[in-house]
Amino acid sequence: MVVTTQHKQFPSLELESGIVLAPVDVAYETYGTLNESKSNAILIVHAFSGDAHAGGVDAEGHKGWWDNMIGPGKGFDTSKYFVICSNVLGGCKGSTGPSSINPATGQPYAMSFPVITIGDMVRLQKLLIDSFGITRLLSIAGGSMGGMQVLEWAVRYPESVASAIPIASTARHSAQQIAFNEVARQAIMADPDWCNGNYYNSKPPGRGLAVARMVGHITYMSDESMRQKFGRRLREDNGIFEVESYLRYRGSQFVDRFDANSYLYITKAMDVFDLANGAQSLVPVLAKSRTRYLIISFTSDWLYPSYQSLEIVSALRRRNQDVAYIELTSNYGHDAFLVEVDEQADLIRGFLSRTMKENEKR
Amino acid sequence: MKGEHGPLVHELFGRGDYGLISEIVEPGACVLDLGCGEGELLAWLADHKNVDARGVEISPAKLQKAIARGVSAYQGDIESCLADYPDRAFDYVLLSQTLQEIRYPLQVMRDILRVGRRAIVAFPNFGHYTVRLAHLFAGRAPKTKLFPYDWYDSPNIHFLTVDDFEILAARQNWHIERRYFLSGTREIKSFPNLMAEVAVFVVSNA
Repeated sequence: MVVTTQHKQFPSLELESGIVLAPVDVAYETYGTLNESKSNAILIVHAFSGDAHAGGVDAEGHKGWWDNMIGPGKGFDTSKYFVICSNVLGGCKGSTGPSSINPATGQPYAMSFPVITIGDMVRLQKLLIDSFGITRLLSIAGGSMGGMQVLEWAVRYPESVASAIPIASTARHSAQQIAFNEVARQAIMADPDWCNGNYYNSKPPGRGLAVARMVGHITYMSDESMRQKFGRRLREDNGIFEVESYLRYRGSQFVDRFDANSYLYITKAMDVFDLANGAQSLVPVLAKSRTRYLIISFTSDWLYPSYQSLEIVSALRRRNQDVAYIELTSNYGHDAFLVEVDEQADLIRGFLSRTMKENEKR
Repeated sequence: MKGEHGPLVHELFGRGDYGLISEIVEPGACVLDLGCGEGELLAWLADHKNVDARGVEISPAKLQKAIARGVSAYQGDIESCLADYPDRAFDYVLLSQTLQEIRYPLQVMRDILRVGRRAIVAFPNFGHYTVRLAHLFAGRAPKTKLFPYDWYDSPNIHFLTVDDFEILAARQNWHIERRYFLSGTREIKSFPNLMAEVAVFVVSNA
């Protein structure tokens, strides 16, 4: 199926900070068909550098970032469910972000873009979902930063979420996760081409952004997967290590598709996100949700280690909330949520079909 | 041996204890199955009795199948998972054929009776006559249909009998609401400590 990213504009969005963004754009894609009772909608929320193109193939032949999970008969079975994915607020793939034109000045927002949060991303998604007339999502699913949005949805709009699937995620970043993001931000800001964010009419800070992405890719893999993928092999053409070549390639490729200021804003939103809002215990905040949970983590994911998922599971158990949890075995590190398709598809298929059954009883 | 002629028990997934449990649990109840395996029983209870079904399973492979069945199960160890739950969170906590494998069964039973209004406990009866005979005549750790493992790779670490459980219940002041004794698919009505292969107790705090 060839899919096209679509766009909607809303007159305004009030942010958690009280600042109003007006107007606000959202880029999204949909797969499958919304049923008459609008009870089969699933929102897919993307990770840090993702976009609205989650499934299918676009006009240029690019597969969606979770295409192996979205489609007829797949984990998110589009012959049964209506799947929506949108680009996050602050992004650079069609939704309003720092590279968008500020209507007040006619120039890109750049660093005048207001500080945004995971909660603000969710508010924009809620506008989009409301615009379809969907009052209750069958499920909301996402990995990494997507998982944070899933959790935020579940506690912010408890009546609008029948089930939630946070994968390889956390209720709040640890010092280590913040640290890696800070290194990436500093790499961007240390690039002289960054110019305090005002680079839209000149050369973007490509070197800084590439280094930021290289750091990111290290954290997405595991020691084991890097040994298997690269070992100590050298490239024949230039004599550098395979792993160096891979990181440079990934870094330079990223520069062509991502905005450096979006990197700064979105990583900051992830770092300040705290589901418990500063409280030590997750129990009270999660008690607000009326949602079935399927929580998945991966053995070799050291960026979002399983203890962070278990903290959520344990808090849900304290109030006897409905939660399934599994730590899947994988060597792929944090990338596992994009790679380990078969296991996840089985789990999600069963979980969704049970959720659908229970929904029909309501 | 008149116990052999008791009424037939309805089996579920080839198991008499599952059949009994499926009859005992009321529709709409909230049930936690400790050691839920691949989740067949819980999925059946959810489908046929509208039960709010939760499970705990230690084996990742089994757990994966349970979740793929739509059962809300998670990876956990029976002996440590119960601490998180509030008091009387469940109508029933199931412990099927697992009591004899737990290191500290008394502590687990106390936790079960804290988080559940009732426990349904099923275990193989080590007092069964075939086990006694095997031990008496062979002079070796019993290896029977009921206890098919060699002593060195058996998951069973306690060899309790029907009477052992009754005595413990009396000492702990547990109320045994119902008791069932099975031999194959037949219910045993007399000499259960000798004749029952499997015992199923419905227990609550007195």
